[in-house]
Amino acid sequence: MTLPKEYLEYPLRRHGMDHDLYPWSNLFERKPVTWPNGAKIALWIVPALEFFPLDDKKEPFKAPGHMVTPYPDYRTYTTKDYGNRLGIYRIMKVLDQFNLKASVATNARVAERYPFLINEITRRGWEIMAHGYDMNALHYGGLDEATEREQIKKTVDILRKATGQKVTGWLSPARSQSENTLHLLPEYGIEYVGDWVNDDMPYEVTTRNGPLIAMPHSNEIDDRQILINLGHSQAVFEEEVLDAFRLFYDEADKYGGRIMQITLTPYVIGQPFQIKSLVNILAEITKHDGIWSATGAEIVKAWRDQQ
Amino acid sequence: MKSEPGLYDYWPYVDRPKITWPDGKKLAFWVAPNIEFYELNPPKNPHRGSWPRPYPDITPYSYRDYGNRVGNWRLMEAMDDYGVRGSISLSVAMCQHHPEIIQACVDRNWEFFSHGIYNTRYTYGMDEAQERAIMEDSIKTVMDATGQRIRGYLAPALTHTERTMDLLAENDFYYTCDLFQDDQPQPIHVKSGRLISMPYSLEVNDHFIYNIYGNPPRLYTDMLKRQFDTLLEEGATSGTVMCIPLHAYLVGRPHRINPFRNVLDYITGHKDDVWVTTAVEIAEYYLENYYDLAAADIAKRNAEAGA
Repeated sequence: MTLPKEYLEYPLRRHGMDHDLYPWSNLFERKPVTWPNGAKIALWIVPALEFFPLDDKKEPFKAPGHMVTPYPDYRTYTTKDYGNRLGIYRIMKVLDQFNLKASVATNARVAERYPFLINEITRRGWEIMAHGYDMNALHYGGLDEATEREQIKKTVDILRKATGQKVTGWLSPARSQSENTLHLLPEYGIEYVGDWVNDDMPYEVTTRNGPLIAMPHSNEIDDRQILINLGHSQAVFEEEVLDAFRLFYDEADKYGGRIMQITLTPYVIGQPFQIKSLVNILAEITKHDGIWSATGAEIVKAWRDQQ
Repeated sequence: MKSEPGLYDYWPYVDRPKITWPDGKKLAFWVAPNIEFYELNPPKNPHRGSWPRPYPDITPYSYRDYGNRVGNWRLMEAMDDYGVRGSISLSVAMCQHHPEIIQACVDRNWEFFSHGIYNTRYTYGMDEAQERAIMEDSIKTVMDATGQRIRGYLAPALTHTERTMDLLAENDFYYTCDLFQDDQPQPIHVKSGRLISMPYSLEVNDHFIYNIYGNPPRLYTDMLKRQFDTLLEEGATSGTVMCIPLHAYLVGRPHRINPFRNVLDYITGHKDDVWVTTAVEIAEYYLENYYDLAAADIAKRNAEAGA
């Protein structure tokens, strides 16, 4: 047996990354960031509103949360729909109680279908982030550029029209990108993106169409990951989120403002037996001084102004 | 294909020659941070795939990149605070990509051993010259970057051939971390020279705890303390080795680093019984003092069993 000669060749073995999207940097050597009013923590809460079509597409892979049984999978469809009908309103009630805002990553198709819900978000002054058209419309390696452009354009057009907001944030469905995604987004007015999970603070991505800010948007400080994928208890979920918070809070003294980002899934945390975890977490966080409840766009602006 | 590796003899964990670590210590403790580079677009190995989604599979790629931007620094600080040096399982291309991280390890007098060129280049299918080439590349790359002659090996992504151990001995490596048959070092059958297996562990490896089992951080703390308690107790009979294999992209996350500090606090609190050391120091001490004794005991038992 032998492998082709190229298998032992390393054309990108060089200083820095093996791509040109961003330079390497050490979080702890960067210039400290100062948040408004000297806050230690920018609290960024990101629920996602997703529409999983009953006539699901699994190409090139199944989006997490998508249909499981043969058609018609009523159980999965309605479980997910629960999030858009009940779960998100429970989240709103809790955030209102603590006077906190959110950035809601929204499939455009949710805005088309549920204008009432969009109005409930925008009237609170919360931000809408673009989250693709729906959970069938994945962005992935191999998707042709024209189709992807159309998906992006349609998504931001619908969301801007529905909200009256600029809509500058993007989260790809299933966090999946093609080779072109990052390069296309700035053409459609997107300024920051939450797909990459390699940092705890923002950093700049270089695209063919100018800069884009990568925002730390966790796939671990995430209700669906901890409570559903890993099957942990509510107590463990609260403990993990608050352990992360305490670490950031301590680091802020030495390294400057940090971002405590919480990923929420309305069909998970919005269940009656789960929602109290959100109350417990936010009650503990808001006990502390120096918490700035912010949207992604506000955090990006504050960060960018200091670079 | 063989029905067993043929790399070592059956050697029951009963009445073995007593190992005593330096200064009468019962347990040799070492920590193995894996400092790795995963390529975004690695060439295909015909025997094993790399990323699950089509290129660019940004989620697992960026998840691992977190270690080099953020996690390594948190882990280094924690180990510094408890006076623990690392033995680094190194993707040696890190010497080109992120020499800043290599320098930080050199400054701490940490040990390096090879974990292949990249953790996305697998040994499966290599011919002898190719496998030899990655070992020679490893030795030279680390020597050029740090002045250190590496003595240990953990095959990239734990991918091996039947020749791996012979080639390691031939290249004057002292130890392999690829075998999991024991909690004490022991002689490995090789065609020339000497090679020992160094206890490493998949069972208490943070990759298994977090990526495979999905355990909560505080449970991991509890597991590591139990592992330590048992091995320390047994170390009174004959010295044991405990390794904690880590990946900073996992253990260096904000919700996980403090629970891990708790483990270091506990283990280093047993100063009278624990030799806090590196893998190469364990290997050198064992080769000098116990290799021959172990080999003779194994040979004697084989003779008695009529093997």
